[in-house]
Amino acid sequence: MIKLKHVTKIYPDGTEAVKDLSLEINKGEFCIFLGPSGCGKTTSMKMINRLIPLTSGKIYIDDVDIMKLNPNELRRGIGYAIQNIGLFPHLTVEENIATVPMLKKWPKAKQHDRAAELLELVGMEPATFLDRYPSELSGGQQQRVGVARCLGADPPILLMDEPFGAIDPITRNKLQEEFLKIQSKIKKTIAFVTHDINEAIKMGDKIALLREGELVQYSDPATLLNSPKDEFVRNFVGADRVLKSLRLYRAKDIMKDPPLKVKEGDNVAKVKQHMEKEMLKWAMLVDEKNRFLGWITHEDLMSGKPLREVMVPPAITTAPETPLNEALSMMFNSAIGNLAVVDDYGKLLGVLTFEIIRTILAQSESKNKNKSGGQVR
Amino acid sequence: MRKYIILGVLLTVLLGLTIWMTSLESVGIFRMFPPKQVLTATIRHLQLVGAAEAMAIALGIAIGFISTRKSFRFISPLFIGIANVGQTVPTLAFIGIAGAVLGMGYKAAVIALFVYATLPIIRNTYAGIRSVDPAVIEAARGMGMSKLQVTAKVELRLAFPVILAGIRTSTVVNVGTAAIAGMIGAGGLGQLIVTGIAVRVTQLILQGAAPTAALAVILDALIGGVESWVTPRGLKILKAAQW
Repeated sequence: MIKLKHVTKIYPDGTEAVKDLSLEINKGEFCIFLGPSGCGKTTSMKMINRLIPLTSGKIYIDDVDIMKLNPNELRRGIGYAIQNIGLFPHLTVEENIATVPMLKKWPKAKQHDRAAELLELVGMEPATFLDRYPSELSGGQQQRVGVARCLGADPPILLMDEPFGAIDPITRNKLQEEFLKIQSKIKKTIAFVTHDINEAIKMGDKIALLREGELVQYSDPATLLNSPKDEFVRNFVGADRVLKSLRLYRAKDIMKDPPLKVKEGDNVAKVKQHMEKEMLKWAMLVDEKNRFLGWITHEDLMSGKPLREVMVPPAITTAPETPLNEALSMMFNSAIGNLAVVDDYGKLLGVLTFEIIRTILAQSESKNKNKSGGQVR
Repeated sequence: MRKYIILGVLLTVLLGLTIWMTSLESVGIFRMFPPKQVLTATIRHLQLVGAAEAMAIALGIAIGFISTRKSFRFISPLFIGIANVGQTVPTLAFIGIAGAVLGMGYKAAVIALFVYATLPIIRNTYAGIRSVDPAVIEAARGMGMSKLQVTAKVELRLAFPVILAGIRTSTVVNVGTAAIAGMIGAGGLGQLIVTGIAVRVTQLILQGAAPTAALAVILDALIGGVESWVTPRGLKILKAAQW
């Protein structure tokens, strides 16, 4: 657990970078330091491993005052990754990843095994990459190695300063997803600096929004989006904050069972009758193995042709892990305006409709107005 | 490979010329320097260069390094300014001034050569350390390397090839400057050249000039070899990628 108490940083030139900052990051929590440039987010983070000395206040890690520790020992116990990566160009990938184990004087064999294990974890083939040099890697690969290196000696805490900031959006998205997956396994306590609200919402359990060195709001992403504390927060999260909050959900969280599921061989007349009775405009067609085939609309059934012939094949389907904002944009491409959620084998899991999304948004809005909004993800 | 052929041809020509001139024994009324004297002059030349270069390396790296430290930043423009401007002074003028100020003889020449040879080393040490990516240093500090470790394992290690390039330049220039120092009575191969010029005998001039050139070529190749040997593989790849 990291505890900041009345932390203040005044630079020699008189700039007050951080003003009376108090917050706690619980064990295993992914905490984002968010804010515009010059808000003190990086300074706040760097005070945790004493790269920047505090002017006043206290920082505790597991209730130990960090000023009582040797700064080098302290840093070896905290993973550190930065936007410009800073891989050692003269060392191999293996030596880079094993930097902290080397400083901690681990045996050589253990350093090697750890480097291989971490490289595997960040999705790179150890046999191929361990002996390469940073200049032989792409930007994305370098960043992966940077992440592996900060996990080198398995520190309980990670400090990350815009680690995905300098890479192209597609790779960044991928790395974010992967890192979330890794974090769900390793459960580190993380202080993560970014100025990107979307990244903050996607990655964080908690977001600390700073402005000119002051903590404006410290809450989970849903609360930040749904009940911004003041005008500054409202502006910072943007006018599309409701849409942004869609990111907090995944398709599997809110999908519903289809109102009517029909099989290929079903009797057309019966299906039609059923739909009329239930006032359904559409149904979903599956095969014997429950694999999704397409949409059946009431109008199309008028012809009396077999279901297979009248069905509208899906332009697009989605996976259960898809964030809702992406799912919503896919829905605009779907013929029916609904989106089928299928697993890797094409089996139908559920369906998303505009109506469902609207209900969810209305719910989270009112929940937060009642001040009971918790973590959604 | 082509590099080695050129080097071989050049050295053969220079050394052949030296041997040829020495074997003439006399030109007109002038006697050529005997082989033994050419050899002692060469050794003396190497002593001059070696003594001056050794001191220049020690002082040059020290000043260059100190100039990059935060607490000495205020004075670093002075050092770097001197290093840059100093190098624009022609060697001939420099030796002339040194002779006037320090007097004649071996010691005065060594001091003059040492001062002049320090300049490129200061400059390259400073530039080499400053060119290390600040992100690399930040990462090193952030992961818990001590200040000494950051300096030794990161800054100096990465700047080493650049520093060595400075030493190489400095040494090659030093061989030439030492020849000019023959004018202020330093001894060495310069003395042969000065004598040859005084009596206007081309063969005598060549007898001193050819081995001087050979020395410069050999030292340059040697230090160049060391340079490529100590440059980390990762940096060589980096260089290749940039080209």
